[in-house]
Amino acid sequence: MKRHLLEAGDLDRDDATLVLDTAAQIVSALAGREVKKLPTLRGRTVVNLFYDDSTRTRISFELAAKRLSADVINFSAKGSSVSKGESLKDTALTLEAMGSDAIVVRHSASGAPHRLAQWVKGSVVNAGDGTHEHPTQALLDAYTIRQRLGRLEGVRVAIVGDVLHSRVARSNIWLLHTLGAEVTVIAPPTLLPVGVGSWPVTVSYDLDAVLPKADVVMMLRVQAERMNASFFPSAREYSRRYGLDGRRMGTLPADAIVMHPGPMNRGMEIAAEVADSARSTIVDQVGNGVSVRMAVLYLLLGGAPE
Amino acid sequence: MTESSALFSEPAAAPLLTADDVARVVDRVAHQLIERAASSAAPGAPDGGLADLVLVGIPTRGAPLARRLAARIEAFSGTAVDVGTVDITLYRDDLRLRGVRALEDTRLPESGIDGRLVVLVDDVLFSGRSVRAALDALRDLGRPRSVQLAVLVDRGHRELPIRADYVGKNVPTSRGQSVKVKLAEIDGVDEVVLTGGEGA
Repeated sequence: MKRHLLEAGDLDRDDATLVLDTAAQIVSALAGREVKKLPTLRGRTVVNLFYDDSTRTRISFELAAKRLSADVINFSAKGSSVSKGESLKDTALTLEAMGSDAIVVRHSASGAPHRLAQWVKGSVVNAGDGTHEHPTQALLDAYTIRQRLGRLEGVRVAIVGDVLHSRVARSNIWLLHTLGAEVTVIAPPTLLPVGVGSWPVTVSYDLDAVLPKADVVMMLRVQAERMNASFFPSAREYSRRYGLDGRRMGTLPADAIVMHPGPMNRGMEIAAEVADSARSTIVDQVGNGVSVRMAVLYLLLGGAPE
Repeated sequence: MTESSALFSEPAAAPLLTADDVARVVDRVAHQLIERAASSAAPGAPDGGLADLVLVGIPTRGAPLARRLAARIEAFSGTAVDVGTVDITLYRDDLRLRGVRALEDTRLPESGIDGRLVVLVDDVLFSGRSVRAALDALRDLGRPRSVQLAVLVDRGHRELPIRADYVGKNVPTSRGQSVKVKLAEIDGVDEVVLTGGEGA
């Protein structure tokens, strides 16, 4: 493994499989235990540096670090030195001077974790940067698929919705490709990035045509905060053409699963009856997130410093 | 000296234990476990106290050894005993001294280890640090009535106040030597060999 986890491309097939296997071993080590804590990262400090709002990812990383006995510092830009004008670099160097071993960073600017990784000696984990990547989300999604379907090689994954703005989609596309899955992206043409043709995916504009041949449907959130242009005529039309409702779910193969990275817009990209159905892995994904992030922190911090 | 070069330069080096020796040692330790379980059990306990016994292997090679001991105990006494494995990697005290290690299985019997007689099983007892890590792991997993240790080979050089309750073979070694246990389940052959650093 590389020292940082900045994007899904940092992981080759062996690394990615190692993360998933490690997560599975951690789950089995903690199964049925009252004390869900391991002493592995005792004395190490993990800083959660969140410039952008997040609930589940920050809590998930915090829980993962705490279950490995690391010390955790939560730093959110609001109400901190950042609001007094401190730069990302100065903030990072300050945190490192205080002895942080790893920085988990969420930032609204794509590429911020890459810059950070050039400045600090410890490990940097990208917890979502702008519209670029969110690699631990892709890892937990891959873990969830493998858990439900027993494999990743040859699994047909449909990623539906706002691919243009979605860091979840980007990370998933690259990681799933690395792991041998076949990815199809389905979106209105306005919500596909320029250059999608060079990605290892099939592109479709017709959700109904893809669903009967999909093992996994991954619904992306319609990010209201990024809908600053006329990407689609109306929420209702988007929902009609690209939303997953009960009827569409009925056209899926028998053991296909439905995923969503959360937070959901029920009734928009996903109907409540779908989100709450037995096919939905949305709650599993949240639980698996903690295990997968424990695996990442262990693999980055658990060995000798290079 | 690496293991392979030692094998090539001393092709006639006799193994410390041959496959027959390993089988005999496992049988003997199985008998000892049956006796000790009976003597430590409450009077009138069912199955001579074996129902209380849990054999917990320390991966990698402690795990198949624990399963073999359980199979022999069942053959001798007619009672099936519980078997599990505990991966100690996340409890090691030397994680920062080496590169990151892959984890192995942790699996305990459904009935858990609370109040039971847990026997840790490992292939080689050396510094005692693996056993220390295993004891820490057990503490997080439950509260056994008693914990004992069974090893195939005790090679000395302890760095912690730890001793084995059941020893297959005591082997005096120098620190520079290496004791390599091979088991059919993992290595395709049963054998224990001593290699390297004579008198180092």
